[in-house]
Amino acid sequence: MADPRAIRRVLRNPAAWASALILGFVVVACVAGPFFLPSSLGEPGQSQYAPPSWEHPFGTDLNGRDQLYRVLTGGRISLLVGLCGAAVSLVIGTTWGLVAGYAGGKTDAWMMRIVDVLYSVPRLIFILIAINAFNAQLQKFASGLGWEWLVQSSRIAILIVTLGVIEWLTMARIVRGQVLSLKSRQFIAAAKVLGQSHAGILFRHLLPNLVGVILIYLTLTIPAVIIDESFLSFLGLGIQAPQASWGSLLADGAGAINPLKSFWWLLVFPAACMSVSLLALNFLGDALRDAFDPHG
Amino acid sequence: MGVSLLRRLGSLAAVLFCVVSITFLLIRLSPGGPFDGERKIPEAIEKQLLAKYKLDGSLWTQYSGYMADLLCGDLRLSTKYRNRSVNEILAQTLPVTLCLGGIAFVLATVGGIWLGTLAAMHQHTWRDVGAMFIALAAISLPSYIIGPVLILVFGLELHWLPVGGWGNWEHIILPAITLAAPAMAAIARLMRGSMVETLQQDFVRTARAKGLRESVVVYRHALRIAVLPVVSYLGPLAAHLLTGSIIVETIFHIPGAGGFFVNSILNRDGFLLGGMVIVYCVMLVLFNLIVDLAYGLLDRRIRG
Repeated sequence: MADPRAIRRVLRNPAAWASALILGFVVVACVAGPFFLPSSLGEPGQSQYAPPSWEHPFGTDLNGRDQLYRVLTGGRISLLVGLCGAAVSLVIGTTWGLVAGYAGGKTDAWMMRIVDVLYSVPRLIFILIAINAFNAQLQKFASGLGWEWLVQSSRIAILIVTLGVIEWLTMARIVRGQVLSLKSRQFIAAAKVLGQSHAGILFRHLLPNLVGVILIYLTLTIPAVIIDESFLSFLGLGIQAPQASWGSLLADGAGAINPLKSFWWLLVFPAACMSVSLLALNFLGDALRDAFDPHG
Repeated sequence: MGVSLLRRLGSLAAVLFCVVSITFLLIRLSPGGPFDGERKIPEAIEKQLLAKYKLDGSLWTQYSGYMADLLCGDLRLSTKYRNRSVNEILAQTLPVTLCLGGIAFVLATVGGIWLGTLAAMHQHTWRDVGAMFIALAAISLPSYIIGPVLILVFGLELHWLPVGGWGNWEHIILPAITLAAPAMAAIARLMRGSMVETLQQDFVRTARAKGLRESVVVYRHALRIAVLPVVSYLGPLAAHLLTGSIIVETIFHIPGAGGFFVNSILNRDGFLLGGMVIVYCVMLVLFNLIVDLAYGLLDRRIRG
C-alpha cells in the first residue's frame, strides 16, 4: 500500500516534520499536562481576572480558575471529539464508498446521488437540532442502565456520533473513486475467478489498497470535526459548563473583550492553542496528500 | 434541458419535504414544550395556548396541519416572540443576513480568483508560496478565532473600525472579511491548481506564440477554462457562508437571522426554527441549481 518513495517525500518535507512535532507536543501537553498541575487550579479561586503572571501563566478567568489548566483540559475534550468523530466518519464513509464503488450501476448512482444531496443541505444545522433533541433521552437511558460516566458526558458522546455522521461525505467520494480504479485491475478479476465471496474481495483485496488514502483523509477530517465541535460549543449548544472545550473557552474569551476593559488573555491563549493544532493538522494532511498523490 | 430542469426541480421538492419533516419530528419529539418555564402554567391556560399555536391533537394531525399551512406560505406564529409571525421575523432579519452574505460572497470569489491566478502565474516564487501559506492558514482557522482577533486589533487597540453593530458601511467591513476569509482561501487554492494545469495546455501555447501579452493570455484565454472548478465550488461555498453567518452575526452583534436561529433552538421555538431551516434550505438548493445551470452554459460555450 505505502509507496516507499512517497514516505521519503514526506520525510524530506520540513513543513510535515514541524507540524508533526508541534502536534505531538500539543497532544502530550493536553493529555499529560493536567496530571502534573494541582487540580485545585480548575476550581473557582480567589483571584478574578488576574493577568498572566508566574503563578498563572495564562491568567485567570471570571471565577478565578487558572486559564492554563482550562485550556489543557479543554484541549483534551476537543481532541477527543475530533479523533473519535473522525473515526466514526471513517467507518461510515469507507463502507459507503466501498459498497457504492464495488456494486456499481444503479446502486452506485443512487448512493452517490444521496451524497450529492447531503452536500447541498446545511448539515451542521441538523446537528444543532439533534443534539438538543437527543441529549435528555440519552441521559435518561444511561441513568436507567446505571452508567454514571455516560450521564456526565452524554453531550460528548452525542457530539462524537453526530459529527461523525455528517463528516463522511468527502471520504465516501474518495474511497469510491479509488475502488472504481482498482476494480478493473487484474488481481480483482483473479479473485473473482477463484470464487472469492464479495465480502472477501471487499475486505481482503480492496480495503488494504485503500489504507493510504483513508489515512490521509483522516488527518484532514480530524480538524474539520474539531472545528464543527467548537462551532457548536461557541454558540453554547455543544459542550456545557463546567466542562469546557476550546470552542466554549473561545466563546468566554470573545465575551470578555469590550471597549472598557479587555481581558485579552482569555481570548488569545485558547485561540492560539486551537490555531496551532488546526494549522499543524492541516499542514500535515496536505503534505501527506501531496506526497502520496503528486498529481491530485 | 427542459426535462433535466424539471427533474432537478422535482428532486428539490423531495429534498425540501424530507428536510421539513425531519425538522418537525426532531422538534416535536424532543422533551420539553415551548411553554415550559420557571412557573407551572395552569392547565386550562396551557390548553388554550396549545390550541392557539395549533400544538394540540395527535402528532399526525399536527404534522399534516403544519404541512398544509406551509403550502399556503404561512410559517405560523413564533411561540417565544408572542404575536409575531415567523414570516414577519424573517422579513426583518433576512435582508441583513443576505446583505452580509452577498458582500462576503463577492469578496471571496473575486479575491480568491485573483489571488489564485497570481499564485499560478508566479509559480514556485515567494509570492506563490506566501499566498498559499496564508490561504492554508485562513482555511484552517474558524471565524470565531479570526473575528474576535480582528475586533481586538482593529476595534479595541487601533480604534479604526466599530467593534459591532449594524448601520453604515463601516460596520460591514470586519464581519465581511471574517466571513469571506476561509472561502477566499479555498477558492484561491482551487484556482491556482486549475490555472497551473490550464497554462500548460496547447491553446495557451498558441496564444503565446501569436505574441499576445502574458496578461491577455492569462485573463482572456486561460481564465475562462480555469475558472470552471471554482464555479462548481460556489454551491458548497454558499452553504459555508450561510452557516458561517450565524457565528459572525453573533460575534459582531448583527441583527440578522443567525441570532434568532440559535435562540429558537434554546427556546424550543419550533415554528421559528422550522421557518429558518426551510428558508436556509430553499436558498441553498436553489443556489446549487443556478450554479449547475451556469456551469452547463459556460461549458457549452467553450466546447462550441
